[in-house]
Amino acid sequence: VLSFRAVESQSEGQCTPVDSLWRRYSEFELLRNYLSVTYPHIVVPPLPEKRADFVWHKLSADNMDPDFVERRRIGLENFLLRVASHPVLCEDKIFYSFLTQEGRWKEMVNETGFQLKADSRLKALNATFRVKNPDKRFTELKHYSDELQSVISHLLRVRARVADRLYGVYKVHGNYGRVFSEWSAIEKEMGDGLQSAGHHMDVYAASIDDILEEEEHYADQLKEYLFYAEALRAVCRKHELMQYDLEMAAQDLTSKKQQCEELATGTVRTFSLKGMTSKLFGQETTEQREAKIKVLEEQIQEGEEQLKSKNLEGRDFVKSAWADIERFKEQKNHDLKEALISYAVMQISMCKKGIQVWTNAKECFSKM
Amino acid sequence: DTSLAEVNSFSPSMPISPSSMINQYKFEDEPELRDLFITVDDPESHITAIETFITYRVVTKTSRGEFDSSEYEVRRRYQDFLWLKSKLEEAHPTLIIPPLPEKFIMKGMVERFSDEFIETRRKALHKFLNRIADHPTLTFNEDFKIFLTAQAWELSSHKKQGPSLLSRMGQTVRAVASSVRGGVKNRPEMFTEMNDYMETFSQKINILDKIAHRIYREEREYLNEMKEYGPIHTLWSASEEDIADSLKGVASCIDKCCKATEKRMSGLSENLLPILHEYVLYSEILMGVLKRRDQIQGELDSKVDALANKKTEKDLFSEEIGKLEDKVECANNALKADWDRWKQNMQCDMRSAFTNVAENNLHYYEECLATWESFLASQRVDLHVEEDSEDRP
Repeated sequence: VLSFRAVESQSEGQCTPVDSLWRRYSEFELLRNYLSVTYPHIVVPPLPEKRADFVWHKLSADNMDPDFVERRRIGLENFLLRVASHPVLCEDKIFYSFLTQEGRWKEMVNETGFQLKADSRLKALNATFRVKNPDKRFTELKHYSDELQSVISHLLRVRARVADRLYGVYKVHGNYGRVFSEWSAIEKEMGDGLQSAGHHMDVYAASIDDILEEEEHYADQLKEYLFYAEALRAVCRKHELMQYDLEMAAQDLTSKKQQCEELATGTVRTFSLKGMTSKLFGQETTEQREAKIKVLEEQIQEGEEQLKSKNLEGRDFVKSAWADIERFKEQKNHDLKEALISYAVMQISMCKKGIQVWTNAKECFSKM
Repeated sequence: DTSLAEVNSFSPSMPISPSSMINQYKFEDEPELRDLFITVDDPESHITAIETFITYRVVTKTSRGEFDSSEYEVRRRYQDFLWLKSKLEEAHPTLIIPPLPEKFIMKGMVERFSDEFIETRRKALHKFLNRIADHPTLTFNEDFKIFLTAQAWELSSHKKQGPSLLSRMGQTVRAVASSVRGGVKNRPEMFTEMNDYMETFSQKINILDKIAHRIYREEREYLNEMKEYGPIHTLWSASEEDIADSLKGVASCIDKCCKATEKRMSGLSENLLPILHEYVLYSEILMGVLKRRDQIQGELDSKVDALANKKTEKDLFSEEIGKLEDKVECANNALKADWDRWKQNMQCDMRSAFTNVAENNLHYYEECLATWESFLASQRVDLHVEEDSEDRP
């Protein structure tokens, strides 16, 4: 059981000196890389964005902006909570020491040698492997993760534009306040009504700041799942890679068996450079041939064992990955539904504020 | 009134009852005593070899004795309205003649004969005639009557009578030249106050006009983005199962809010924008009226100054001066009365226009609130969802 206090003190540590924040973020990255490599069948929770993305004009693109820093802090905290509540990941010792051990943590992680296990091919996101028999569920899931990524990023982009425009509408109303006030100075009967209406227009204009700040948190919830889509895809890619390696190994085994057969029976069925050169430069001796056969037979045996274990690995991977994917799906559906509900709640709050302000304004105007 | 009931069969596009016509105008003057009803509608374009122009149908219904008939239907073009305005200004230099819509619209990208332009102009022309009809003095002006009742050829021939446009312009130029700073020295306190007021009012109303237009543009931009925003949720729902309904629900809410935004925008363009624009024009008119009063005063002042220097012909001068003094007194009284009336109307118009804006915004937020609340209810959550969403897993 993890101590919650430990989590918080870690998060607080990030709020102090700016450069220590950057180091911390990189340590989070290190932790996540470690987890991704060590648990390739798990949909590893994503980190919040490193740089401010999907900004609209008010939010600065500056990574040192206090609002951005605060939201990123919340995102990092959320990341830790996600890992801590994951049935498999929470048991990890490196994760535990991330939370409890101040110094030497970096060395500890590097000592695990996880970087060696990392498959560089997974990083090459655009590389395609011609996999003949992938598990159909993973193919569909990969397709889904692509769609999810595309639709959420589109949604976030347009939301930012909507926010920008909404900001404009509210803020321009603020101009009424000043003009009404100046106008009221020359009016006798209308003066009071104008002045007080102007005040309400100022209130209206100011109210958008809090409204949009709250909406940023909603955007962050969606962003988490935008980044989760990447994690999903990583699992699918891992499966693809394993399947690819399996198929390559099987192919290699088959060709070795064929070679062996050809050497044993003396028939050449497949074209090979060796075969050609031996034809050109004379036949092999029987001893040479038998030596070759022996080597091949050893290789074949190795290959068959490897293939067996690869097959087993593959099946285990599919089973455990799919279990985590099911867990993830449930989590995703729950979280996104809640996020949409919270969005509705925000809209309702905004409408209620609007009704209040304009009711007041209407009263002032009717007294003009 | 039975006379009005008969008319309904005559022109089906007319409003049905006097009370509905009254609601159109919202004027301060007692509507029950009104005996002159005017509408401007049915723009038609005419294409000749030389030009293309629009005419508007002007329908008048009246119970006044001076009118030979109780109803008239004529067609008038913008030029005719310009003529009427200048005749009224000539006859009543210190009365506040209502503004006409401008010849062209400089700002915005409205084309000369676009539907939007024509409709805006039609509404303004309608307002123009009705404001004249409501004015205690202008409503009995003879040129006004001719404008409302004469057939096209009659109006043309009437226009040709009286001093030509050029000679009238010459008079005005000379008047301006002769008393550039005339009438300011002995200007009664009241009119200096009016001048000061109008300078500030003019400034403020121009700014308000700009603000209102800016709000309209911002709302339109917001609407455009929202129109793209909603459908993305629908698109997303196609890849989901469990949350597909929630996503579609959000899309539908956004769509309804778009429609509510459109309503709010049209409320703005139908009410506040035209009124603010009218008062921008009014402020120019009022500055002009104040200047003309000053000019009339200036004529008197220069004659009085001239008398002080003359030794002979004192009697002749004093008769002239007497006439000018009367003229100044009339002008001042007319302006004072019209000013009070204008201020009352302005207050009433502003109150109703801004109250209308507040109402439109209230309706907008109420509609959006209902939409989102019904979505929330459909997701079957209670108030505790706010607490739950804060305890993130």
